Amino acid sequence: MQDLYREHILDHYENPRQHGVIDHADITSEGVSPLCGDRIRVDVRLSDDKTTIADARFSGDGCIISQAAASMLLEDALGKPLTELEEMPPQAMLDLVGVTLTAQRVKCALLGLQTLKDGIRKWRAASSSPTFTQT
Amino acid sequence: MRTPFPTDAIRADFPILDEVVNGQRVTFLDSAASSQKPLSVLRAMDDVYTRAYANVHRGVYAFSETATARYDDARARVARFLGAPSPDSIVFTRNATESLNLLAYSYARHFLQPGDEIVITEFEHHANFVPWLVAAKERGIVLKFAPFDAEGRLDMQAFQKLTGPRTRLISFAQVSNVFGTITDPAPIVARARELGAKVIVDGCQSAPHMPIDVRAMDCDFFVCSGHKMLGPTGIGVLYGKLELLEAMPPFMTGGDMIREVGFGGATWADPPVKFEAGTPAFVQAIGLGAAVDYLSALGMPAVRAHERELVAYALERLSEINGLTIIGPRDPEIRGGVATFTLDRIHPHDLASLLDQQGIAIRAGHHCAQPLHTRLGINATARASFYVYSETQEIDRLAEGIERAKRVLRR
Repeated sequence: MQDLYREHILDHYENPRQHGVIDHADITSEGVSPLCGDRIRVDVRLSDDKTTIADARFSGDGCIISQAAASMLLEDALGKPLTELEEMPPQAMLDLVGVTLTAQRVKCALLGLQTLKDGIRKWRAASSSPTFTQT
Repeated sequence: MRTPFPTDAIRADFPILDEVVNGQRVTFLDSAASSQKPLSVLRAMDDVYTRAYANVHRGVYAFSETATARYDDARARVARFLGAPSPDSIVFTRNATESLNLLAYSYARHFLQPGDEIVITEFEHHANFVPWLVAAKERGIVLKFAPFDAEGRLDMQAFQKLTGPRTRLISFAQVSNVFGTITDPAPIVARARELGAKVIVDGCQSAPHMPIDVRAMDCDFFVCSGHKMLGPTGIGVLYGKLELLEAMPPFMTGGDMIREVGFGGATWADPPVKFEAGTPAFVQAIGLGAAVDYLSALGMPAVRAHERELVAYALERLSEINGLTIIGPRDPEIRGGVATFTLDRIHPHDLASLLDQQGIAIRAGHHCAQPLHTRLGINATARASFYVYSETQEIDRLAEGIERAKRVLRR
């Protein structure tokens, strides 16, 4: 029965990496799980050229799976190009978590990634200059 | 001494309870979400499909006549079970959610004026919340929420103050699906009569678990869901006073619910058929008929007494666990068979997953009552709920399972 709550999951939950908020973040995104009402907030500071993730933090309340997954995701995301995270498939997130989850708990594990992707999408929509918009 | 509740004999009627989940015989503690079904219900439906299946109200041949007679008979059984004066006052719907939406459309939108008020409570299930929210927005109706006290009981003083001359409709859960609180309809109905308002009782968590007499209750409408009371999915009930059902326009239109259709218009059948457009879920209704027979044979006072004992035992057993907080009333006299709780530093989802790994099924989350959880200032709770087949040993397994989960999570 320890399968789901392996040492590395509990470790990320008890000692979350990248926990907190970023003042004047480039991207701030909030996600809510319709399943349980858990909320998560992801803040991102971008590199000067706005192409890679310079810093990322998460906050909010949730179950061990959602919190540990967010911790693993953001630890992994530091220094990575935005495009890589935008294209990150859900399976890659589940591989990062590394334990077998039931269908309902998969939603918990993906909450952080979805919130981050939502934030990037909205940031792109807001920062894209009309001149570059394809018509 | 009253005779002991025949739990062993009952469990033999529910073969699913012998299933093995994650290496353990299942401990099913989520009946408030949906109950298991006895063989008699499954056989009643099987019997229609294998021996007398044809569409109802249509054919003049034997299969159709038999199916129609059984459908009508199921309606009569449900009417008797709820104490309704006539089978005509029982409308079959898909579930209680559809029953409440029917009322929001055919009653509230039709009879309420802008500025009129609907009063519900802060502990309602989304099914008795969202339809009113939407109707209120659309029609300029004012929606008010009666608060609950620290023990999860309706604050009757606040309710009295909240209701007034513009109150046209009051809708509330007789038993809260989170707190388990049993709310006495009598003072609410009395207040409604003073004001000339109508009362809807959401009986989803009461009809399966305690004696119901809608005539004695004198409510205007009563709704419940078949799948929570040993019946199949896809069948729900709306009871309404016949004069109200007669005055209300149809909810959905189409076949079966008409009297006459011409190129320029149509006239409606009498209730309840007026509210049952299209081929109804008559096999499921027949299953529900068998379900209420099963419950009636046990006796609803005995069912309630059994669950009162279980919930009393659960509250006592769970309170012994360090860091566990019971949500809702501590008094089993005003609490249905629902034990809701939180655990210090353990999220209900993590607890539910760890219990599942031990073959124990409980519910974790907001139980479709987000406004209630917002008021409590928490996102989620854990809930174990009981029914006719539940036994104290299962509560012991739950308590042991929680202790084991705490050890795994080092809490």
